[in-house]
Formats: sequence, structure tokens, C-alpha cells
Amino acid sequence: MADAGNKESAPIGGDEFTNTELENNKNNTMVEEGSTLLRRMEISVAEAEKRTGKNTVNMQEIFTVYLIETRPIDAITEGHNPAPDSLWRRYSEFEILRNYLLVTYPFIVVPPLPEKRAEFVWHKLSADNMDPDFVERRRIGLENFLLRVASHSVLSNDKILYHFLTEEHRWKEVVYETGFQAKADSRIKALSATFRVKNPDKRFTEMKHYSDELQSLTSQLLRVRARVADRIYGVYKVHGNYGRVFSEWSALEKEMGDGLQSAGHHMDAYAASVDDILEEEERYADQLKEYLFYAEALRAVCRKHELTQYELETASSDLISKKQQREELATGMVRTFSFKGMTNKLFGQETPEQREAKLSLLEEQIVQGEETVTEKTVECEEYVKGAWVDMQRFKEQKDRDLREALIGYAVMQISMCKKGIQVWTNAKECFHKM
Amino acid sequence: MSRTIDAVVSPTQTNTIPADISGQMLDLDEDDDLEVFSKDSTLADGNMFNASMQTSPGSMVNQCKFEEDEEGDSKDIFITVDNPESHVTAIETFITYRVLTKTTRSEFDNSEYEVRRRYQDFLWLKGKLEEAHSTLIVHPLPEKFVVKGMVERFNGDFIATRRKALHKFLNRIADHPILSCSEDFKVFLSAQAWELTTYKKQGPGFLSRMGETVRAVANSVRGVKNRPEEFTAIQEYVEDFSNKISCLDKVTQRIVKEQKEYLEELKEYGPTYTLWSGSEEELAEQLKGVAGCIERCCKETEEQVGHLSDTLVPVLHEYVLCAETLKAVLRRRDNIQAEFEAKNETLATKKVDRDAESSDLGFVWGSLLGKNPEEARHQRQERLDGEIEELKEEIDKLEDRVEWANNALKGDWGRWQRSMRGDLKSAFFSTAEKNVDYYEKCLAVWETFLLSQRTEPSEETDRDNTP
Repeated sequence: MADAGNKESAPIGGDEFTNTELENNKNNTMVEEGSTLLRRMEISVAEAEKRTGKNTVNMQEIFTVYLIETRPIDAITEGHNPAPDSLWRRYSEFEILRNYLLVTYPFIVVPPLPEKRAEFVWHKLSADNMDPDFVERRRIGLENFLLRVASHSVLSNDKILYHFLTEEHRWKEVVYETGFQAKADSRIKALSATFRVKNPDKRFTEMKHYSDELQSLTSQLLRVRARVADRIYGVYKVHGNYGRVFSEWSALEKEMGDGLQSAGHHMDAYAASVDDILEEEERYADQLKEYLFYAEALRAVCRKHELTQYELETASSDLISKKQQREELATGMVRTFSFKGMTNKLFGQETPEQREAKLSLLEEQIVQGEETVTEKTVECEEYVKGAWVDMQRFKEQKDRDLREALIGYAVMQISMCKKGIQVWTNAKECFHKM
Repeated sequence: MSRTIDAVVSPTQTNTIPADISGQMLDLDEDDDLEVFSKDSTLADGNMFNASMQTSPGSMVNQCKFEEDEEGDSKDIFITVDNPESHVTAIETFITYRVLTKTTRSEFDNSEYEVRRRYQDFLWLKGKLEEAHSTLIVHPLPEKFVVKGMVERFNGDFIATRRKALHKFLNRIADHPILSCSEDFKVFLSAQAWELTTYKKQGPGFLSRMGETVRAVANSVRGVKNRPEEFTAIQEYVEDFSNKISCLDKVTQRIVKEQKEYLEELKEYGPTYTLWSGSEEELAEQLKGVAGCIERCCKETEEQVGHLSDTLVPVLHEYVLCAETLKAVLRRRDNIQAEFEAKNETLATKKVDRDAESSDLGFVWGSLLGKNPEEARHQRQERLDGEIEELKEEIDKLEDRVEWANNALKGDWGRWQRSMRGDLKSAFFSTAEKNVDYYEKCLAVWETFLLSQRTEPSEETDRDNTP
């Protein structure tokens, strides 16, 4: 995971990893070759705070802001310890940044933001956006987002990103000035392209299917995991009742009293231990959620390909039909049925002048059309090339990250089992002494 | 000194290791040795194992050997209850259980008996024992029927649970120094079905039993006036104990319920990983690995829940019933004392009557009827003296009865407390042990998986470092 991978540079977290895992993390970070921003700058989302302010409809609202801290790396390596520059940003500003990146770099699988609202909630987990646990997990998610973006070979060089990280003022105005919102493809356009495109790159079609699967599979997994977490919670907490009753019962007994009393304490400890266990598991769920949302980003890249391909196909077929028209006009031969041809037959042919005018118009259009086709072809080719490279990068990153997540999950289960062994061994001794 | 241990036969002899097998232990390999030794040490403890700990039916007979034996003698009677069978008649359907007895006691004619008994017969036996020894603590029977309805009676689990409880019931009686000598008990174990039916019909008739019940009710209404302090203490304890044990029973059942629901969800969880692995290349193996781990943990969870249901739940339930038994025993003791106190009061009244001066109505009437006043008074005094003598005799008997009842209860009380402690301690211990085992097994599952993952990274980092 990104934040763990940059444990050196991101002083937040405090996850405990074994030495081998740290080694792996150092090697497996998304730090790309070339000079990405993250190599030059240390970035972290250090804190979260509540603020009040007026929203767009001039009503009072409470929102959370997150502190972004940055420090130049060479200053650190030189032995100085400068204070970090910092600024506060809201979640909505992160959203704007991401939308900007999506539009500006459509061939990149853009890292997702942490979820807007808590989903896959099990009963003890709060769905409230103001809940401190949720805010904390969101802080980590936002940091992760920034680290991923800042270490991407393409995205990290973006000026708007740099501005976002370093200057609080006027960032919104600047980003809107890029006009990215206008450049966004309409949904309808994208959807119709998906249905009508004739020859999309097969690899992209496959990738799109994969993204659908990834989304539904991870979502199903997360749902069931949440239910399992709910049940584990129930089992552990009911044991707390043993603690209470043992304690009361021990007051009645002479010989069994001590054993019962201490056994009761262990039962209380057992019941309490589930809170930490499930909190840790929530981190694992967050790792999976990131890839649930990544699936959408992946699908967007595939769709954009379909769109550019469709535009190319449209431009090509337009050109072909215009060339056909020219040929018909020039030779007088009607190859295909057309109403124009019919009306010509019925009402007589046009005058030569009219034909000339039409021809030269067509010629112009054909020239333009050829330019367009060339442009579109290049656009399409470049898009395919760029997107394919990034999709490969994404695939490798995903395999690494998810593998790490699964290992982390196994480690969590082991830790849970060890705690269980300890508690019940202690309880066993207490019962033995009864 | 053991008399019959080796002669006892059971189909399987897997779980418990009697002391005389020590010579064969060297043949086992190292790990088995450790298992065996740890079991042995708990056996040596003496009061750990009880019928409640073992689940394999075949070893039931074996476990009887290690039940607590106060007198220090080995057991001389072994009883098993097994082999439930369904009997269908025109009127009803019922289950009978086989009751197998092996014994060297002299009051039995044979050394082995095999009879079939139904629940009603057990009820009869319990009733007779309580009648004959009203202040002894008779181990409870499983309940008559499940609230849910008729169908449940023949449910496999229900029958299995009932069978185990019936088995324990008979063995507890066999352990009891007084109860096991009961003639009714002997008949129950040895008589064929028709013999038992005939025997049941003997004994105090319906009317006399009614009379006793009426007296008991009258006495309980009257209440006891001078209950000895120690019995009040016992009663308070029983009240509190009853509350606590009912609580524990409920908590445990709730845990079983939650565990079962957890298991259900867990069964759906593993497959989501398997499903996902179908779409992945590099990750497929790891995902399947995780799915496999979850599946194995499912099996362990199932086992753990089963153990809880078989071991802890029945024992707690038994002691809920025990608490009710104790309350009844204390009531009966109170009634006996109440009866004694009532008679004493009657005696006191009669004495006062006798010593009263002759200015009473009877004398007046007597004189009206022409009787000699002296004679009349003399007659009356004789009559009263007679009644007083009768009363004194009855009171003596009642006093003996009270004393006997109190002593019986006191003796049994200590006994009961000891076996309660033993039973509950071992049930909880066994549960804790099983839980440790459960977590250890799951730990092994995940550690194996982790190990398989850790051996791969060296290949990956090499790949990463190549330009």
C-alpha cells in the first residue's frame, strides 16, 4: 500500500511490519523511474480538523479539512530539518483535482480517492462522515492518493498537482481556468461509442471485462467480509457476560471463588480484544476498496479508447462516403441508391455549375476529412500506446499491492489466533485452579 | 483394589488410557507420547473427568471407572445407557433405551443385565427414590419434552442429548452410597419389562399417597418456625446459585447461537476469494490459498461449536435442573420439620388441656348425665393421657425423622457440592481447552499459508531490479 511503501518519507501510519516486509515495501513502491515528484518532495496528509463555514447555498455547515505537509527531500538529505510547508484542503478539493486529472490524462488509470461515504458498514462501524475513525481512515486514504499520484511518471509532473500541494490560494480558480470541465466527455457520448464501435483493440475489450469483474468481485467480497466481522463481534462480546456472571458467582463460592474470579477477568479481556482486531481488519478492507474504485478508473480508460476509436471510425467512414459522393458526381455513375440520385432521375440533372460547386465543396471536405482521419489515427494510436503502458503498470502495481494485502490479512488472522490462544490458555489455568 | 475393571467390555477404547497400559506407551511415537502423558496427568488429579467430558459412546463405560469415588474403593457397578430404539404401537410411539449393567455386588443375582427402559420408567425410578429418601439429592432427569412440540421428541440431537443425561442419571445414583442400595434401583436395572410393570403396581396405594401429599401441602402452608441456621444458609446459597447457573446457561446458549451464525457467514466468505481467483492470473494462487484457509477454519469452527454443544451446554442445563431439585429437597426437609413442630404444638395443647381445672363443659355435661364428677374427670384424664402418650410416640418418631432427614441432607449437601464443583470445573476446563485447540489449529492453517507466500518474494525482487 502506498503509505506503507513510503514509510520512510511518510511519518504517519505506525503500522508494524516485519523486517522482510519493510524490505519488500521499499522495493515494491510505486516510485517509478525517472524524476517523479515524490523523489523530490516529501508529502503527507498529517492531520484532520473540523471547520465551520457557509456552503454554496449560504447555510452553515461543518466540514473536515486535511493538512497537507510537504518538504523538499534534498534539504532533508543534506541534514537540515526544515519545517514543512503546509496547507489545508477539503475532500471536495481533492475531488476536483482528481476530476481534472481524469480529463487531462484520460489514458492513465488515475488513482481513486477514499470513499465519499462509508459503505460496507457492519453494525458497530459508524456510517457517519464525522465519526473520528472514519475521518482517520479517510486521512490515510487521501495521503495514499497523493503519494500514488506524486509517484506516477506522468501525473506527477502536472502543474496543477504541484499547485494543489504547495499553494493554498487561488488553486480553485486556476484549475477551473484550465477549462477541464468543458473537455470532459459526456456520458451519452461515451455510452453510445461503447455500443457502436466496430473494431476496438481486443486487449482493451478484455481489460474492460476484467474491470467489471474486479468491481463486482471485490464488492461482493467486501460485503461478506463486513457480515463476518459483524458476527465475530457478536461472539466475542457475548463472552463478556461470562466475566460478569463468573464474578458474581465467585462471591458465592469458597473453593472455586478465586479461579472463577480470574477466569472472569480473562473473559472480559477476550471480549474487549475484538475491537482492536476488527479495527485492523478495516485497514485491510480499505486496501481492497481502493482496488474496487480502481476498477472504475480502469474501465474509464477502456471506454475512452472505445470513444477515440469510434471517432476515428466515424471520421473514416465519413471520408469514405464523401469520396464516394465525389466519384459519383465526377463520373455520373450512381453506385449506390440515394435519394439525390432518385431526384436527379425524376427531376433531371443539375446544371454543370451546380455540380462544379458541389464538387469543390466536396473536395474541401475531403481534404479536411483526410486531415481529421490522420489526426484521429495518430490520436488513437498514441492513446492505445500510452494507455496500454499505464494499464500494464497498473496491473503490476495491483498484483503487488493485493498480494501484500493478502499477506497482511494472514498476519492479522495469525495475530488474532495468538491472542485467542493466550486468553483461553489463561482461562484454562484458572478453571484448573477452581 | 479393582475388582472388575478388565472385565468391562466396550466397543472402542480410544479416548481414555487406564493406568495399566503404561507398559505400551514406549511403543507410541514422540508426539503421541506427549498427548498421552498430558491426559494421564489430569486423570491423576482424580476429580477431573466425569461422564460429561467424553463424547464417544463406546468409551462411556471406561469413563465410569474414573468417576470420583469417595470411599477410595473402585466401582463395582457399571451402567451404560445406549441404543435408542423407536417403538410404534396403536396408541403411541415411544423410544426405549438399552440399559446395560455389569456388577459384582452381592445383592444382584447375576453379574450382567441388559434391559430396555423408556423415559417413563426413569421418571418412576426418580419418584420412588425421592419418596423413600426425601432429603437426599437425586440427580435430575432430562426434561420431559421440548417446548416446541411433538416432532422434536424424535429429533436425533434431542434423543442423543437425552440418552447422555439418562446415562449420567443412573451413574450418579450408582455412585450414591445410600441411593444405590435402593431396591427400586435394583429392580429398575434388572427386571424384564413385564416384571417391572408388575413391580410398579405394588407399594403404597393411591389413597395413601394422596394422604401424604395433602399433609405435605398442609405443612408447607403452615411453614417451618425454627429452621436451623445452616439450612437457611443453604437455601440462600441455592437461590443465588440458581440465578447464576441459569445466567450461565443462557449466555452459553447465546454463544452457541452467535458461533453458528458466524459459521454460516464464514461459509460464504471463502468462495468469494475462489470466485475472484478465476479472474486473476498472478494473484489466482494466493486468492485460492486464502479461500482454502478460510474453509479449513470453517471446519474447525464447526468442531468447536459441536464441542460446546456437547460438553458445556448439557452440564449447565443439568445444574439448572439441579438447583430446582435442591429447592425441592429443602422444602421437603422444611415440611418434615413443620410436621414435627405441629405435633409438638398439639402435644402442648393437650397437656394444657389435661392439667386444666375441672371447671369445664365436659365435666358439667358428665354430671348432668348422672356421672360421678370424680369418675368423669378421671375418665377424661385417662383419655387425654392416652392421647398424650400416643402423641409422644409419634413425636419421637417424627423427631427421629427430622434428625435423619437433616443428617441425610447435610451429608448429601457436601457430596453434591463436591460433584458440582467437579462437573462444572471440568466442563469449563474442557471448553477452554477446546478453544485453545481451535485457535491453535487455525493458527497453523494461516501460518502455513504465510510460509508459502514468503518463499516467493525473492523471485519477485529479482524481477523488479532488472532494468
